[in-house]
Amino acid sequence: MPTLSEADSKALLAAHGVAFPDERQAHDGQGAVGAAAEIGHPVVLKLGGAAIAHKTERGLVRLALGDDAAVAAAAEELLAAARPEDGEVHLLVAPMLRGNRELIAGLHHDPQFGMTVMLGVGGILAEAVADVAFRLVPIEPVDGEEMIAELATQRLFADFRGEPAVDRTALVELLVGLSRAAEADERIVGADLNPLIVVDGRPVAVDALVELAS
Amino acid sequence: MSTHLTPAHFRALFEPRGVLVAGVSTHPGKFGFVSLHNILASGYEGTVFGTSREAGEVLGTPVVSDIDALPDDAIDLVFVCTPAAANPDLLRACAKKGIRAAFIASAGYGEAGVEGQAMQAELVALAEELGMLVAGPNGQGVVSTPAHLCAQIVAPYPPSGRIGIASQSGNFISSFLNYAVHTGVGVSRAVSAGNAAAVTIPDFLDFYADDDATDVALAYVEGVQDGRAFFERALSVARRMPLVLVKGGATDGGQRAAASHTGSLASDDRVFDGMCRQAGITRAATIEAAYEAAATFATQPLPKGNRVVVLTTAGGWGVVTADALSRTALDLIQLPDDLRAALDGKLPPRWSRNNPVDLAGAETRDTIPDVLDLIVGHPGVDAVVYLGLGIQSNQAQLMRGGRFYPDHGLERIVDYHERQDARFAHAAAEASVRYDKPVLTATELAVTHPGNAGPAAVRASGRLCYPSANRAVTALEHLWERARHQQVRAR
Repeated sequence: MPTLSEADSKALLAAHGVAFPDERQAHDGQGAVGAAAEIGHPVVLKLGGAAIAHKTERGLVRLALGDDAAVAAAAEELLAAARPEDGEVHLLVAPMLRGNRELIAGLHHDPQFGMTVMLGVGGILAEAVADVAFRLVPIEPVDGEEMIAELATQRLFADFRGEPAVDRTALVELLVGLSRAAEADERIVGADLNPLIVVDGRPVAVDALVELAS
Repeated sequence: MSTHLTPAHFRALFEPRGVLVAGVSTHPGKFGFVSLHNILASGYEGTVFGTSREAGEVLGTPVVSDIDALPDDAIDLVFVCTPAAANPDLLRACAKKGIRAAFIASAGYGEAGVEGQAMQAELVALAEELGMLVAGPNGQGVVSTPAHLCAQIVAPYPPSGRIGIASQSGNFISSFLNYAVHTGVGVSRAVSAGNAAAVTIPDFLDFYADDDATDVALAYVEGVQDGRAFFERALSVARRMPLVLVKGGATDGGQRAAASHTGSLASDDRVFDGMCRQAGITRAATIEAAYEAAATFATQPLPKGNRVVVLTTAGGWGVVTADALSRTALDLIQLPDDLRAALDGKLPPRWSRNNPVDLAGAETRDTIPDVLDLIVGHPGVDAVVYLGLGIQSNQAQLMRGGRFYPDHGLERIVDYHERQDARFAHAAAEASVRYDKPVLTATELAVTHPGNAGPAAVRASGRLCYPSANRAVTALEHLWERARHQQVRAR
């Protein structure tokens, strides 16, 4: 099934109310340096494109770039790493976000119940922990609140390691936004917001991948 | 759902003016005999007829060989035990006699290979053509206590009550009905959907939701054909009455078993679980928890909040019940100061002075009714779990059966204990009704000695005596979850 690029995935979901961090697209090193300056250092630089789905595996993500020189060097390396089969590529400049907690959210197609909204505990152990909640599209805010309350790892949502409690309202808005996107756009058969980093209590989707029906 | 079904069709199934058993047998081991026997033995008051190859009489019931010989418009339901191949002609003849509902117990349909599947498709088309409700095939039967009807191929016939049951597996109709017999909390309707060819579980639940005889719907499902339709219809039912559901095939192993049993497709159980929460369905983890949840909805008011007090006559029970409550969304509250002071006025100083309210054996003649009234009536308390009923009656039973009875004052003390336990059970039910709050009484004596004066009095009050505090807590949690679900959606 075809997937959208990270930038297009975010644009599609953002149109339905899913909030994303302030990000810019650039096409060369100079553009990336300018975008990074506007966003504020440190930044993350990624190579994006409709045909690029596994950026991390291919080493196409550069983290914590602290000044113009670092951004320019990373931009040059990433553009050089593009392969012919990647087609048209761009540079994605995003703020470097940190948080101790990671969640995941998404849309999945169930063979019996159709489109569902998913929320789970993220991070490298997410699959083993399998602490997730599902609801059928469409959901109301109250369903989103109940999804959060249903997760077993409730301590993650309270004050945690010096960081404030998770902003549940923001998280509910994000889940409802996902649901709205699936409801409005029948081409969507899947979406992953992974990870959703909890930054000062606020869940922020730093990556997005939308799958469309073929 | 078959589009031609109306409430009148379901009334023909559950409240028939007359019943025809097709394929009556004289052999007491055959379904065609057992079903007729069960209809007659359970006090059904409508007219009963049979069909068989040979006309005559079985169990005093007239049996015809030709349906044309039956009266017109006197029969609403045909209970079918004849071989699948004979049924299309049979149903056509029944339709001519004004019969509007059929329950097909016969096997040899969708569960029996390609040929059986073709016959099942034919059956569905015929139901539509004849405008008939055709339940089953390959089902166990239908029970309806308002009509004293037990049209099924196995026991039992349950006590009457307010629970309406629909099951994708006939065995669980028996299991639920056995729980009804055991607990005394009865049933209004029960139907095994069999292969659910033309009438599905949601069709029955939808009827129950508007049925005057039913307050709670209870369903066993292994899988659903159209998940979206199931969700929409279950949600609509759950808005009108509590819907308790237990699903077989919740694990990988169970799903493999379900695929071979009812051919049900596997969905991720977490999706099914989320669907239930979204629809306001009470999903129970086990068959007994499902029946106990349904019995609780049928006999207790919904709590307004989650603040629970445990009243116990001994410490250990209170401790494990506190543990059980702490694992739920229920709140084992700190005792309000005014309630503590009021209890101080009724109890000697050795009581726990907190929640659980442990009387520590400090009770005298009127303590338990008085204390129950204070706790249940307190505005800061939403629900009460009461433990310790029946212990003295258990001692009384030992005394009554021993060689010293009735001398040495034993007769007098035995009577006193049994009177007191009955009184405590009534006090719990009365306080629950007076203050419109759930009060759940739990003791294993409900299983050990159902005739113990305590559990027996709980049954007599129409309520469930929970076999353990943990099971009472699980049932109460289901009640609170429904109340909470409604509250947050009414905002």
